Amino acid sequence: MEKINAIIAEMNTVVSSPKKAVSAFKEETGKEAVGCLPVYCPEEIVHAAGILPVGMWGGQTALSKSHTYFPAFACSILQSAMEFALNGVYDNLAAVIIPAPCDTLKSFGQDWISAAPQVRSIPIVYPQMSRIEEGVEYLKSEFEIVKKAMEEISGETITDEALNNSIAVYNEYRKTMREFVKAAAEHLEIITPAIRHLLIKAAFFMEKGKHTSMMKELISELKAQPKVEYKGKKVVLTGIMAEPDSLLDLFAQNNMAVVADDLAHESRLFRTDVPDGEDGLERLARQWPLMEGCSLIYDPQKKRGQMLIDIVRENRADGVVLCMMKFCDPEEFDYPIFRKELEAAGIPLLYLEIDQQMPSAEQARTRIQSFAEMLDSM
Amino acid sequence: MSEKLTSKQLLGQLTAKHYNDAIVGKQNGELVAWSTSIAPQEFCETMGIHVIYPENHAAAIGAKGGAIPILEHSEANGYSIDLCSYARINLGYMELQDCCFENVPLPDLIICCNNICNTLIKWYENIAKELNIPMIMIDVPYNTEYEVTQPRVNYIKGQFKEAIRQLEEICGRPFDYDRFDEIMKNSSRAAKSWKRAMDYAAYVPSPLNGFNIFNYMALIVCMRGKEESIQLFDLIAEELEELARNGESQFPGGEQYRIMWEGIACWPYLGHNFKTLKKYGVNMVGSTYPGAWTLLYEAGDLNGMARAYAGVMNNTNLARQVELRTSIIKDFKCDGAIYHMNRSCKLMDFMQYQLQREVADRTGVPYVVFDGDQTDPRNFAQAQFETRVQALVEMMERNKINKKSM
Ligand code: SF4
Ligand code: SF4
Repeated sequence: MEKINAIIAEMNTVVSSPKKAVSAFKEETGKEAVGCLPVYCPEEIVHAAGILPVGMWGGQTALSKSHTYFPAFACSILQSAMEFALNGVYDNLAAVIIPAPCDTLKSFGQDWISAAPQVRSIPIVYPQMSRIEEGVEYLKSEFEIVKKAMEEISGETITDEALNNSIAVYNEYRKTMREFVKAAAEHLEIITPAIRHLLIKAAFFMEKGKHTSMMKELISELKAQPKVEYKGKKVVLTGIMAEPDSLLDLFAQNNMAVVADDLAHESRLFRTDVPDGEDGLERLARQWPLMEGCSLIYDPQKKRGQMLIDIVRENRADGVVLCMMKFCDPEEFDYPIFRKELEAAGIPLLYLEIDQQMPSAEQARTRIQSFAEMLDSM
Repeated sequence: MSEKLTSKQLLGQLTAKHYNDAIVGKQNGELVAWSTSIAPQEFCETMGIHVIYPENHAAAIGAKGGAIPILEHSEANGYSIDLCSYARINLGYMELQDCCFENVPLPDLIICCNNICNTLIKWYENIAKELNIPMIMIDVPYNTEYEVTQPRVNYIKGQFKEAIRQLEEICGRPFDYDRFDEIMKNSSRAAKSWKRAMDYAAYVPSPLNGFNIFNYMALIVCMRGKEESIQLFDLIAEELEELARNGESQFPGGEQYRIMWEGIACWPYLGHNFKTLKKYGVNMVGSTYPGAWTLLYEAGDLNGMARAYAGVMNNTNLARQVELRTSIIKDFKCDGAIYHMNRSCKLMDFMQYQLQREVADRTGVPYVVFDGDQTDPRNFAQAQFETRVQALVEMMERNKINKKSM
């Protein structure tokens, strides 16, 4: 247990001050850091240049300057990110990579140019029709642009070998994280919702290889622990992200554990490996059509509902909690469809609104309580 | 001999025909598609598929005052009140199949092009899923660069190929490339004649009442590939030419000020908005609508066609959007600008503050912003609109006096 606690403590240090973690990386390695806006980003290319990719998923802050770019009805991740950008919080990044899967991110990328001209922005637009060969080719051309930018920043060319190595590091990270999620589900008495979230989140501010080896240690320690039957209820989280921690603590307080997730901030990032091949950029481009079940990836069959049902059944979960990022169009469109499907499958669903600017999770308290009671009575 | 129709009459006839053809066609077992407003209609037109445009349909429902019950139906189904109201109306209509406007038939297939927003992708996915019908997706990546880059063009062309393949499968017959050529020609001609007619607003005073664009639009949205639309746009141009020659205008009461209107109309309040502006002699001569459907390319040129559809205003980067507004204000000699902060449209809103600043910097023209929504009447306040218009008029008046005294 000591080892587990030590790892948790170390990751906690990272997550509670990403800025320090980034500075420490820059000092130790003499290399730069580059920010990655949600959700998907070719981190392997950044990594291959020796640069630290840093997740930029907003954070809790009071909004004032962001209103010069966004009216009140923009999602809180980007409101926060804009506020941070205008306050110079990201100035220690050599650049930011901004994808454009939703209308809010498209706009954010354009606004960035005048809001934070001191930090270079690198746009990337993923294809929605990646199942046709031309989609893969196009995505490769977008990756070329990112690669060139990383070479400019690092002052070195990214060799194919380096890129393939980084892909290996990331595939290992993904595999390890999937293992972690499984191991955590066996030890819900140790891995509370907040700890689970913390361990996953730390990867946004650490070199992935380092994060992976710490996670491997943690997993083997976990596996060595005696099996304890979890007495509470098990839920699956879905949505963009589940924050703040006070919200996750409410689950623990109500005897609920997170047994699996379908969050953009968590499992969606590591459930699909980059396929084998030779050309690194092409391999990365070929990962994209393999990904599914995400509100930001084109899917006229809307497989997400069935995927959620499968996740619930595999994990013998008691229900699904939708962490609905307020004002997030893609998620808001998915909801009515999977709500119906979960209902038909007899799976309870709790709709929780997520707002990073929410000063406390008090509003969620009663909702989570009554959901717990409802599950208990079933 | 039959009397010559006015453009207004012809517009009414053609709109009715457009909807009626689809309704009757469906009854006769012909295919009906639903399509996003600036999707490449050339493919369905070639295959003789009837095409209904949900955005236009929703706008008409909004303008006729029938939005609320349909919006409420969607909301009860779990659609957030924060989503685009066109989507909420259409997804609600899809279930109710009853509205205050034409009861259009449900589609056998849908075609979605995200050149105006990505909201459409999600909305259309849901139609495809709920109705269990095929979806043709033309994904045009957002142009972060000023120009549409060649890799984007290649990708879009690949999707044209895929769309044709899907259509052949759906229709059970081969794609008629000769007819396709013909349609491409018509579409280009329609685009040109649309632009020519709408450009009459550049005259001072303008023979065109700018709010009429909101009516004429129905045809450029719905019948861009059809001969009849060219007839209508040419007729409009003819009438405007005549008015201009006589120093007359569709705009009643005399044009005192000329403004650019940014964004979609508030359909449920079209009459109110127009009256408020008219009261001060404000004519909306500048808008992005005339350009939005001016999709110019040579027949047979798929590269050009891909570029045209990808280069649609909403899909261009901010620098280019600023340039477009700047030239509208200059070319149409606008004294001011009104920006619609449209609760429905994140894409048009979240770049708008910066757009306003940059356009004002470049043109020196005053502007105001009002909060509204294209079809959700609950998100618009008449009083605020009136106050904002009044403020704009005062600023424009001051500018006029200053200019005279210089
Ligand atoms: S939370 Fe939703 S709206 Fe906001 S950036 Fe992410 S996908 Fe876009
Ligand atoms: S109003 Fe905006 S969000 Fe709605 S369909 Fe049109 S462009 Fe998309």
